[in-house]
Amino acid sequence: MKNIILIGATSAIAQALGRQLAARGARLMLWGRSADKLEIVAADLRVRGASVDCDAFDFDNFAAHPAALERARKLGDWDAVFVCHGSLGDQKLCEQDFAAAEKEFRTNCLGALSFLTIFANYFEGQGRGTIAAIGSVAGDRGRQSNYVYGTTKAAISTFMQGLRNRLHPKGVRVLTIKPGFVSTPMTAHLKQGLLMAKPDKVAKDILKAADSGKAVLYTPWFWRWIMLIIRLIPESIFVRLKL
Amino acid sequence: MTSPTPLQSWGRYPAAQQTVRPLHWRTEPLPAAVPGSVLAYGMGRSYGDACLNDGNILLPTRELNHIINFDPETGVICCEAGVSLDEVLQLVVPHKWFLPTTPGTKLITVGGAVANDVHGKNHHRAGTFGCHVTRFELLRSDGSRLLCSPTENAGLFAATIGGLGLTGLITWAEFKLRRVDNALIQVESVKFRNLEEFFTVSAESDTGFEYTVAWLDCLATGSGLGRGHFMRGNHAGPDHTDCEPHSEPRLNVPVDFPDVALNHYSIKAFNELYYHRQLPRIRHAVTHYDPFFYPLDAINNWSRIYGRRGFFQYQFVIPFAKDHGAIREILTRITASGQGSFLAVLKTFGEVPSPGMLSFPKPGITLALDFANQGPATLQLFTELDAVVLAAAGRIYPAKDARMAPAMFQRGYPQWQQFQEYMDPKFSSSFWRRVTQPA
Repeated sequence: MKNIILIGATSAIAQALGRQLAARGARLMLWGRSADKLEIVAADLRVRGASVDCDAFDFDNFAAHPAALERARKLGDWDAVFVCHGSLGDQKLCEQDFAAAEKEFRTNCLGALSFLTIFANYFEGQGRGTIAAIGSVAGDRGRQSNYVYGTTKAAISTFMQGLRNRLHPKGVRVLTIKPGFVSTPMTAHLKQGLLMAKPDKVAKDILKAADSGKAVLYTPWFWRWIMLIIRLIPESIFVRLKL
Repeated sequence: MTSPTPLQSWGRYPAAQQTVRPLHWRTEPLPAAVPGSVLAYGMGRSYGDACLNDGNILLPTRELNHIINFDPETGVICCEAGVSLDEVLQLVVPHKWFLPTTPGTKLITVGGAVANDVHGKNHHRAGTFGCHVTRFELLRSDGSRLLCSPTENAGLFAATIGGLGLTGLITWAEFKLRRVDNALIQVESVKFRNLEEFFTVSAESDTGFEYTVAWLDCLATGSGLGRGHFMRGNHAGPDHTDCEPHSEPRLNVPVDFPDVALNHYSIKAFNELYYHRQLPRIRHAVTHYDPFFYPLDAINNWSRIYGRRGFFQYQFVIPFAKDHGAIREILTRITASGQGSFLAVLKTFGEVPSPGMLSFPKPGITLALDFANQGPATLQLFTELDAVVLAAAGRIYPAKDARMAPAMFQRGYPQWQQFQEYMDPKFSSSFWRRVTQPA
């Protein structure tokens, strides 16, 4: 796994992934919305040992997705893609205004499904490759505090399950990543509880899972057990909880 | 778990409440139309209130953590202001480069290193961090971006080095690294029995050793006054090849210690044991740079051992004097007060001029002492020490200070009024308001 496309390359987790891949001497293609920011990230990753190309385009324009892959393929073959873009969204706003929720779906979910579709076909044709996408523990069960975001991530998760099933015989690996709370510099002023994980740690887990061909990764590991318990709570009790 | 906690300084005193507006990209403008003043906040390792802006706005810079360029041939690195020295080392040590100078922690940002013009154990050779800075970009609140170097915007360059973040936002800085053969330091530890011996060892060490510093038992009295261990070292030669950078610390202080944990008796016991840990007068060793420069970085959140009330660090510099009377008097007063210092670090500053208008180091001797916050008694002791420092034409290090009176600052840094001309009108800090308030 040496030639890698990072989608949403300026996000905290993608940058952490990029730095660890750079240390391995990887060849990276960074996709993002802002050329300026991509160039900042690219320069950093080059210093750290990666060879890097960037491509900026509007992710919400799905027609632009296959064209971006065509441009990338002109530069050579690719071994893996990490779909990392997304936004947290404003749950309260989405509850009152479906237009806001629709926008979340477009960015977080439909955009990801479009990328997954073209990469599934590309890797299928190639007969090898790794597709990894960032879902969330929030997608494991709908909760009042963030069910719009959770739904977008649950859709990615289900879609990935299907892809894995479809592509397994074709030699393509599909990794669903479910991070818990990740502390980014943006949350530095929040209480750094024991549940908060650093992007570096999450990225390390992701690469290990991708290298070993794992199907579903909870990171840090304890979220697997936390979410197991949360999923097992009967709905009649769950509706009374403030989660 | 996501309840906001206020950003603090390392000494956890004074308490301050700020609105936090993290910076995301160096190309973006400063937050627009915010009420009050702003101040960049890196890793919060300033001990007092130089990194705080009570009632106003802090701009955390840690997301500005990209390397812009690093040339392994020339050893020139250019990076964003929020990159930590820790991250610089991780990157450059495998290429056989090292920081030109480093303070006792690597957990500070490059922006903070410039803004406090930090110094290290090699000050007598290398001068301050600012001596190695070739240029940086300053983003001012009027939206202008100024490239500052010794030849371009030279006034702002000098004001910003050691300028406590008050001249605008440093978005990136470029500086020169020091060539090394490996990650190791050849260390000698010399025991000295009193202050006289310290000065003898120090004088004979400056020529042969790049790094010198002494740990002092500041509770020893009488003929043992000023006894301690002198640490001196050089980068190990090319016969060693280990270029591994440091690893993550494994120890953490997860909670505050009770306020009484560090008291006269425990500190006395520590100092006694520490002084006697080495039996022969001189001990040699080859050690990794990490324990040599950053022994306390091995323990995350070590400042929690001082309990909730926090602690002070008192660091001053005074010019050399023949009889070392001022140092002697200060040590005597500390012992007499019964307020022990766990960590007392003594070092001579060399002649290399500091490039910053408000830089702390000047030729002489500097002593840094930690004190648990015991309220008025501690503050009273500092006021007494201030008088001795001032009489000896000395001054206090703003990055360590949480309490000096305006007169103490203004007499120690007579350039402060000239400095004000270079300040950005939108930038301020708790420290600055405190030390410039009218008497």
